[in-house]
Amino acid sequence: MSAGTHAYPGGVAGSGRAVMAGHAAALTEEPEHGPSKRIVVAYGFWIFLISDIILFSALFATYAVLTDATAGGPTGRDLFELPTVAVETGCLLLSTVFCGLAGIGAQARRNGLYYGAMAATFVLGATFVAIELHEFASMIHLGAGPGRSAFLSAFFALIGCHGLHVTAGLLWLLTMMAQVYAKGYRADIQRRLLCFALFWHTLDIIWVALFSLVYLVGVAPR
Amino acid sequence: MSTSIPDSHGDVAPGDELGSASISHAIRGYLVGLALATVLTCVSFYIATSTLVWPPSVPIALSVLALAQMGVHLVFFLHITSGPDSVNNVMALAFGLLIVMLLVIGSLWIMTNLDHNVMPMGRLMQMQR
Repeated sequence: MSAGTHAYPGGVAGSGRAVMAGHAAALTEEPEHGPSKRIVVAYGFWIFLISDIILFSALFATYAVLTDATAGGPTGRDLFELPTVAVETGCLLLSTVFCGLAGIGAQARRNGLYYGAMAATFVLGATFVAIELHEFASMIHLGAGPGRSAFLSAFFALIGCHGLHVTAGLLWLLTMMAQVYAKGYRADIQRRLLCFALFWHTLDIIWVALFSLVYLVGVAPR
Repeated sequence: MSTSIPDSHGDVAPGDELGSASISHAIRGYLVGLALATVLTCVSFYIATSTLVWPPSVPIALSVLALAQMGVHLVFFLHITSGPDSVNNVMALAFGLLIVMLLVIGSLWIMTNLDHNVMPMGRLMQMQR
């Protein structure tokens, strides 16, 4: 690693040489000049995540414009249940912390910490998706589906898009557990894990905007 | 591992943390972030359900709390800091935020203006009668 001056949580920067031998060499080769491949890959993924944030901001702007376009139907105040939102928020916040712990475990190559934290991340994320699906189902059951009003169309598009991202993240999470199990803590697997952690943390940042500005502002006293 | 920050060629990947001495030190960072985020979340839920804050200003207060919590997440979970090693990451984020602001504020501004200027359909039909 020419750029072995970089320190990562858990402290194994530069110690990946041993595993680089063999068939993985081509995948993990570090350039002679310039930033390490870990930086380039993570930076590219960071740019993608920022474009994802822009996608969410477009959906969010749509929702903000259409909040009062309820067409005589139910408003956010009638539909949103704060205890449910609080549980969802707690699940996602804890899962993002466990995801960070899993990253530390992978850097330190501690199987217990890595697999345990990844499993906790998965359970909390799956709980979030289950609660959200239940919330959607009960709203549709009440006749407040996405076809009821422009407000509800925008609501389902915005929250549903976030839910789809979390679901995709759960599949990615299982893939990463399987990849570490099958291939070990190779440098290319570590890069994918870093991208996954960035993705998962970003989803929680988007959820902060959603629970504050969609749910809480929706039920707040005026 | 060396805990010294590299003196030359100092870039860091987004999500990586520089200069963490040990696992326990790195874990502590996440726990501090968790504590701060929990406090901010609880305050948000509290002011949304109580009359502690003057009601018309509640949306502004919630926006400020949400921004603060996003900052906590960025620093403690994504390790996007103001340090010189993270300049590239911060610049990309700043450009993204510019676009986000243009989109959200621009949409709200234009649509509110249109709302004021366009006569509601009901009244328009009454005038044509």
